[in-house]
Amino acid sequence: MSAPLKPLPQWADVALIPLVNVAAAFLISGLVVLAIGENPLEAVQILITGALGDLEGVGFTLYYATSFIFTGLAVALCFHAGLFNIGVEGQAYIAGLGAALAALHLGFLPGYGLAVAAIVAAAVFGAAFAAIPGYLQAYRDSHIVITTIMFNYIASAIMGYLLVNVMRVPGQMNAETAQFPPNAWAPQFHVILAHFGVQWPVTPFNLSFLLALAAAWVVWLLIWRTRLGYEIRTVGANPTAAVYGGISPKRVVIVSTLLSGALAGGMAVNVILGEEHRLILEYTAGFGFVGIAVALMGRAHPVGIILAAILFGMLYQGGAELAFDKPKISRDMIVVIQGLVVLFAGALEHMFRRPVATLLARRTTQPPI
Amino acid sequence: MEWFDAFIVVFASGMRLAIPLILACVAGLWSERSGVVDIGLEGKILVGAFASAAGAFFSGSAWVGLAVGVAATVLFSLIHGYASIDQRANQIVSGTAINMVADGLTALLGNAIWQQGGRTPQLPPEAQFRAIAWPFEPEIARIPILGPIYDRLISGNDIITYVAFLIVPLTWWALYRTRFGLRLRAVGENPAAVDTAGISVRALRYSAVVICGVLVGLAGVYLALAQTGYFQPHMSAGRGFIALAALVFAKWRPWPALATCLLFGFLDAVAIRMQGMELPVIGPVPVQAIEALPYVLTVVLLAGFIGKAIPPRASGIPYVKER
Repeated sequence: MSAPLKPLPQWADVALIPLVNVAAAFLISGLVVLAIGENPLEAVQILITGALGDLEGVGFTLYYATSFIFTGLAVALCFHAGLFNIGVEGQAYIAGLGAALAALHLGFLPGYGLAVAAIVAAAVFGAAFAAIPGYLQAYRDSHIVITTIMFNYIASAIMGYLLVNVMRVPGQMNAETAQFPPNAWAPQFHVILAHFGVQWPVTPFNLSFLLALAAAWVVWLLIWRTRLGYEIRTVGANPTAAVYGGISPKRVVIVSTLLSGALAGGMAVNVILGEEHRLILEYTAGFGFVGIAVALMGRAHPVGIILAAILFGMLYQGGAELAFDKPKISRDMIVVIQGLVVLFAGALEHMFRRPVATLLARRTTQPPI
Repeated sequence: MEWFDAFIVVFASGMRLAIPLILACVAGLWSERSGVVDIGLEGKILVGAFASAAGAFFSGSAWVGLAVGVAATVLFSLIHGYASIDQRANQIVSGTAINMVADGLTALLGNAIWQQGGRTPQLPPEAQFRAIAWPFEPEIARIPILGPIYDRLISGNDIITYVAFLIVPLTWWALYRTRFGLRLRAVGENPAAVDTAGISVRALRYSAVVICGVLVGLAGVYLALAQTGYFQPHMSAGRGFIALAALVFAKWRPWPALATCLLFGFLDAVAIRMQGMELPVIGPVPVQAIEALPYVLTVVLLAGFIGKAIPPRASGIPYVKER
């Protein structure tokens, strides 16, 4: 029914096709802006100025990007094992519980030992919550997509109950915990830079960013430079072949979901330890789902994920400014862009492959004049 | 008889809460039975609710609203169909994209049009689907037991409610008693066999996707034009995912789907009624526990601890003819 396609040159495969896909998503977003009666070019200008125009914007952009690097890595790691973890949102939420429990109850730890304990607790809680769908996928044959969707709602119910009935400060109206002791906080950059006499506006941008970059490097190392990474990629590409190669897909599924949940916990470090300094209701705010868009756009490669996360950080920060300047373009626009990126970079990723291939083939077969 | 009346009240409220679940669940059933996994039900409910509210607002007619709402969801369904069937995309990714675009776009447009944070104004009565009173309602209502059932359950619902209850036997009949249904189920189990028989896999899957769009659209129309009389961002509030859970729980069969949706609706009604109530021993009712019950039950079922939920064999797998 269809003639086989000649393989594209590598540069087209790695750079051109993803760029065309993302461009299509942004083009349609522009049409949406046009449809509600605003000027898309002006919107882009406000957005970029809001995100990168001053140091404050940059700080917020990188703060959001930090969360997206973590959630993007969490989604991408499972992609490599052929798993679709939609539960990053819930895992990050439960990880926040771990961070809060450690920060509130391990106060006897000296200095930043408390912060380290809270980070470890976040990772452990996130991993533990991901482990259940992972176990059910590996040993009980239940599909991880459905179970992680269910687990997002279960996480929401558990946290709602705990924050309203158990962890709330007595006499407080808001469903939130008490503030953590300062040595549990992830230090913010403006505080650190002030020590060196550098002025940086007050933003939530904190040391978790470096943790996120380190996590990206470790994920790269793991996936492409270790035996476990090889096993993960093999199971993702072909579980049957993996079994013949002596790899246990069950083990790989468990390990990848555990690591994915732990990475999701990084978001709790950035938001709960880095900015809020207390656990609040629905703190994840859909950022776990942004991770899906980031992972797809970054083609599940840590470098791509960092770039995509910064782009989405810009969209979230610039989008807030845009919604302020142009009330018609509310922050929901960012969710639309996010969905279109998932659609074009994920679901329809091969749609432009044939036209691009035809175009390239025509150019290369032209006789020299 | 007081407990009976109270029971009927909760049951009737559970039934009304179950209507969007039934419609969305049966919609998902059509799609997944043909081999197209649809986790985009949640988003499509929102699209149906928004488009029908907008249509009803500008035309002043509930029926125009219904037509616009259903047309919009069918369009979204076709995008998912195009990605899943022609582009052989990952259907989970495509469904996720549908959910995100729907969630953002309905809120964005609602805000841009009415400037009330995305909410539409309350629709006038003629732009809503109103309750239909059955004949002799006041007379029959006086009969014990039968009366409340007739008065509160059978009579006094809107047209979409009756349609939802009709859809289930219709779906059963179409899937299990017609040639089209047999082929549709076959294409979800073994598309190559259907193809070999000279029947188009593509056409069957597209028709399933369109039917799914119509039904899930009705779920959205019900939320906007029958249950509330307005559209509000994120008003589907996870119903699409509960419907998905019910579909798994019902093992992709129409009658169990109806029963499961009624059960989940009933749980929801109980949770609402128990809000703030004190029980002996337990103390205040942990409403969150009842709310999470559908999800927990589904996970337990999926884990194979109570029966086994086996999806259609080819669901989620794009059909490649060349092989």
